[in-house]
Amino acid sequence: MSEVFTKSMARNIYYGGSLFFILLFLALTFDTDGTLPKRDNRAALTEQVALGKKVWEENDCIGCHTLLGEGAYFAPELGNVYKRFGNSTAAIVGFIKGRPPEGIPGRRSMPQFNLSDEELEAVAAFLKYASEIDTANWPPNIQG
Amino acid sequence: MQYRSQAVAKPYFIAAIGLFVGQILFGLVMGLQYVWGDFLFPEIPFNVARMVHTNLLIVWLLFGFMGAAYYLVPEESERELHSPGLAILLFWVFLIAGALTILGYLLVPYAGLAKLTGNDLLPTMGREFLEQPTITKIGIVIVALGFLYNIGLTILGGRKTVVNLVLLTGLTGLALLFLFAFYNPDNLVKDKFYWWWVVHLWVEGVWELILGSILAFVLIKVTGVDREVIEKWLYVIIAMTLITGIIGTGHHYYWIGTPEYWQWWGSIFSAMEPIPFFMMTVFAFNMVNRRRREHPNKAAVLWALGTAVMAFLGAGVWGFLHTLAPVNYYTHGTQITAAHGHMAFYGAYVMIVLTMISYAMPILRGQEASDERSQVLEMWSFWLMTVSMVFITLFLTGAGILQVWLQRYSTDPIPFMAAQEKIAIFYWLREIAGVVFLIGLVLYVVSFFVKGGRPAMASAADTA
Repeated sequence: MSEVFTKSMARNIYYGGSLFFILLFLALTFDTDGTLPKRDNRAALTEQVALGKKVWEENDCIGCHTLLGEGAYFAPELGNVYKRFGNSTAAIVGFIKGRPPEGIPGRRSMPQFNLSDEELEAVAAFLKYASEIDTANWPPNIQG
Repeated sequence: MQYRSQAVAKPYFIAAIGLFVGQILFGLVMGLQYVWGDFLFPEIPFNVARMVHTNLLIVWLLFGFMGAAYYLVPEESERELHSPGLAILLFWVFLIAGALTILGYLLVPYAGLAKLTGNDLLPTMGREFLEQPTITKIGIVIVALGFLYNIGLTILGGRKTVVNLVLLTGLTGLALLFLFAFYNPDNLVKDKFYWWWVVHLWVEGVWELILGSILAFVLIKVTGVDREVIEKWLYVIIAMTLITGIIGTGHHYYWIGTPEYWQWWGSIFSAMEPIPFFMMTVFAFNMVNRRRREHPNKAAVLWALGTAVMAFLGAGVWGFLHTLAPVNYYTHGTQITAAHGHMAFYGAYVMIVLTMISYAMPILRGQEASDERSQVLEMWSFWLMTVSMVFITLFLTGAGILQVWLQRYSTDPIPFMAAQEKIAIFYWLREIAGVVFLIGLVLYVVSFFVKGGRPAMASAADTA
């Protein structure tokens, strides 16, 4: 780079640019926070859903599945699993409960987590809550 | 070695390489589980192998960054490290905490680990990459604070170079942003929104400052180009990083319940994120072409050029491939993401740590550069690992394109597992490329123990 463009000019772009975009990011964050109540389905956030999120986390479900497209890519998307299972929490509970402890020979299988009935109901309620978040029409179809 | 206290970097580099080997072994386990579903089931289910794979990556890169800082900060500051004893103490704290955490993943069911470590008191576990028990996270914060205190005082009490200040800014940002790992609201959208403040603002923000400053340091050393020129480049590169990368966070806010204007902000700014990486490539090649000396460490120069190219391809090009909202609508959370993740992490962060190790390790062992045979072997490992990573990325991209077509785009979309079976061939090919990567890594480790050949030294005959 030529002498016309000096190191102090470069430094000023770094400081000025960074500061400007940090402030812009904070402003957008502030606006997002104000918009979220219309989209994030917080009305459905019951104690059962909160427990379900904890069950979800404490069994590291994200280590195989995606949820709203984020997580691991080894097992199906679960953001819309409530809808894929015919709008049924009972079907979700039945699936998790029915996993064979020793797996399925040669195939991927979900572990048997031995969850209590309360935990099973809670994680299903959590997935129902997640399926009703406004995700701008994602995923493209029911297969996730 | 100009300052005795730089020697504390050595155990950090050795630990980094050791954990790197572990990371790759678990990567191969996961790769096999993709095609041989019940491999090691139920003893090591996929999610456990993945936690070990990704957490080992993060921990060994942090070891590498810290080792790099302990090596370069005294030399840039022109003084001894504030407290070498603290650096060694923190090394053991971090290594033992890291090892216990990994053993916890492997030996205790995850829910049991959560109970054992009191996740109820402050639930932070079970989120991607932040799976560590809360107590480990607190340990990470303590180690980071001690580390920043140590290098901060060294820098403030010595010569303040741009390389040092940019590195310190990056490391401070790394520590501060990690604090968002402790924020885990019940509201899933908010949880995801701030989770990215750790993950995105690390790898597409402050970590790039660390990358840039380490690269600048090594280029100053191996090319002998005037520091003023290199520092000017460094400023411009990191300016572009933050100008594009901060709002670029928006490319994670398309489909998680956040307002739809993020599709515009995210697409426009993240489309510009390849610019700083491209500048880094131009920068590295320019400096090497304008070199004023022939440094005997050819391997270090190769790594430096390699990281500049591969970071641009992996983070820049493969990031751009799926960053625009209309494309991402179909590719979000598929093997395309995995393809990008692999090449970006290897190109930007694995390779910059290996660049620094390649440059510093011979000096820490009392030579300006390794013997010729050792360097030849190291360069073989460079090519094996780098080319196999290119193939891993291409195979995952092939898998991803087919997955998107079968499961998301065609007129009659098929279920996830049905699509997975149809693309299994790509997973087999990826696994083979992974084995080649492991062979490259073994050669890399062996290269540290090989002696002989012409002792490496600068000579006019080497001039290209």
